[in-house]
Amino acid sequence: MKYDIVLCGVGGQGGISVSIVIAQAALAEGLAAKQSEVHGMAQRGGEVLSHLRLSDRPIASPLIPEGTGHLVLAFEPLEALRYLSSLAPGAAVITSSAPFRNIASYPPDEGLLSALLGLPNCRIVDAEAIAREAGNPRAGNIALVGAASRHLPLSESSLVQAIERCFAPKGGAVVEANLKAFVLGRKA
Amino acid sequence: MPMDILMGNEAIALGALHAGISAAFAYPGTPSTEIMESLQGFAARGPSAGPERLAAQWCANEKTAYEAALGASFAGRRACVSMKHVGLNVAADPFVNSALLRIKGGLLVVVADDPGMHSSQDEQDSRALAEFARVPCLEPSDQQEAYDMTRAAFDISERYRMPVLLRVTTRLAHGRSAVETAAPPGRNAHSKAEDRWGWTLMPHAARGLWKEVLAKYEALRSESEASAARERGDPLRAVITAGLALEYYRENEAELSGLPAGKPSHLHVDRYPMPYAAIREICATAKRVLIIEEGAPFIERYLRGILPTAIAIEGRESGEIPATGELTPDNVRPALGLGARAGQSAGAFELPRRPPQLCQGCPHLDSYTFLTEALTAYPVHSVNADIGCYTLGALPPLEAIDSVVDMGASIGMARGAAEAGLVPAVAVIGDSTFYHSGITGLVDLAAHGTSATILILDNSTTGMTGAQPTILPSERLSRIALACGVAEEHVVLLSAHKKDHEANVQAMRRELDYQGPSVVISARPCIEAMKKARKA
Ligand code: SF4
Repeated sequence: MKYDIVLCGVGGQGGISVSIVIAQAALAEGLAAKQSEVHGMAQRGGEVLSHLRLSDRPIASPLIPEGTGHLVLAFEPLEALRYLSSLAPGAAVITSSAPFRNIASYPPDEGLLSALLGLPNCRIVDAEAIAREAGNPRAGNIALVGAASRHLPLSESSLVQAIERCFAPKGGAVVEANLKAFVLGRKA
Repeated sequence: MPMDILMGNEAIALGALHAGISAAFAYPGTPSTEIMESLQGFAARGPSAGPERLAAQWCANEKTAYEAALGASFAGRRACVSMKHVGLNVAADPFVNSALLRIKGGLLVVVADDPGMHSSQDEQDSRALAEFARVPCLEPSDQQEAYDMTRAAFDISERYRMPVLLRVTTRLAHGRSAVETAAPPGRNAHSKAEDRWGWTLMPHAARGLWKEVLAKYEALRSESEASAARERGDPLRAVITAGLALEYYRENEAELSGLPAGKPSHLHVDRYPMPYAAIREICATAKRVLIIEEGAPFIERYLRGILPTAIAIEGRESGEIPATGELTPDNVRPALGLGARAGQSAGAFELPRRPPQLCQGCPHLDSYTFLTEALTAYPVHSVNADIGCYTLGALPPLEAIDSVVDMGASIGMARGAAEAGLVPAVAVIGDSTFYHSGITGLVDLAAHGTSATILILDNSTTGMTGAQPTILPSERLSRIALACGVAEEHVVLLSAHKKDHEANVQAMRRELDYQGPSVVISARPCIEAMKKARKA
């Protein structure tokens, strides 16, 4: 078994905690995990990309070979379209619906939406609304993990434990909100 | 043994801790910064005094960091110094000379190269500098090896009495995977290096030491021979990998068995000096050899030389693999005889790029706004800038700077431009970069009374690498300018706020008109650093 995920968004959206949650859950299930990201120059506001690979056998390349990825998990809808060449034909895109407009050339909503809907397998999740409902506006990322969780080769309980472990240093309220966001995202 | 998902830089820090280091020194630089950040975490949880104390400190620059690590080794204790690739240029003087010393406590220099220039001004390959200095170099292929090799490096360093360079690249430094760790041995006790002539590089001593270095380097070569891993395959076709490139070879390996000639013979090089015998052996029957290495065509160039060879040598110099940028599992495929793979696409949808930007409300925005407006009065002028978040001032909409070269270059270049008659000349430099490499430029400026203005963007942090504290408090900046001899009325303090814009433009113009050296300090804390401080 192998499962390759492209995580992408805009600098400052906190995609790293998502990688860590998924990787920790994989480790707990005895899988190998390899993650690779680049945090470049004052990346805030720029494109950020991370590759996360899971497998029941040793993983070689830290980068996902073109045309073989299983999932794009995007924290921003425009960014969801940037790394499609990594995806295998028919593989899934799950993206947050909330645009991050910090460039003048940001495309109009309709164009973006129709490009996303034109993909063979795309799901758009209102992660911001879920995060608000969960009681922490920063929990949108974990809502997306929830939405992706039915695709991931990981059990719900190991993801839940990884979320608890990842957010424990930030206190009980943050853990609760993220768990709630995960559950709501999973239903979404 | 314990197993955890670690970032490459965390694995290195943990390896150094488990090797029993007593001291670590560094200057922040992507992609190396997290090594020191992790070590500082360990230090904070350990004893603050006594023989088990770990000193883990940011330094003014990579040279001072390297020299501090040398001092700790001289005191008999294990020490680590970490930096990005261009930082090794700054530390080149102590680095190259330290090869000649009879190292006492194990000394590890970790250098994180940045092929692809994700956050750097060049993609130089530190293996070349290690070889230039005749310093042994280890090159891990994944996070586990980064941990293991870090530990081994200290043993090699003490056995051969030489510094050891651990070379990693961005993908490894910033990638994560599971790492199994082992129990640490004890620390070295204090024991000063008593052999003065192993540590004093006067010519008569250095001549003897250099001969020792060359002999040790040949002895180290036999270690490289022993650790080079060989796999038999097609005798006519050889592949040599180094460091992280192994992973891209392995990724494609299964498909290679399906080629008519089957898998090639394979040699993996994980340390330098170059294992000559192993390379000769794998190439003995080969008609073609492909070298897959991250960074420069370092091994390839060795093999190719300048005279024609009987074997076809392929790699980044020959063009079989792209000469610049990072390796990927895909860009090595054509050289391996494998076809490209296609993924999905967004069709005709036009995807705009999203370049990095200064944070909303960044103080540099206000500084650039008043500088640019002040300069409108002078159709001819030069603005030489420096390395930091403010480098982004080169991009639209600001387009406020004319050059960025290396840490501290702004001041030297503005001075040279002014001496060559291009005035007004402005150097734009951050407080951290000023402490790193700007002070000596200011000394030159003051010594010659050059008509140039240094604009110090004082945000009280090293912003670009994630807001590490500046080495000294900001109040000292003006005192340094005064102490160097800049006239008191031309050391000007401004606050980088929108509401002070008009006053700042006027103040800046006064200094641009002044015929002599002046220093303008535009101060306001970095937003990110303030956020980080609030969280802590
Ligand atoms: S990190 Fe600080 S200095 Fe850098 S762009 Fe953001 S606010 Fe400005």
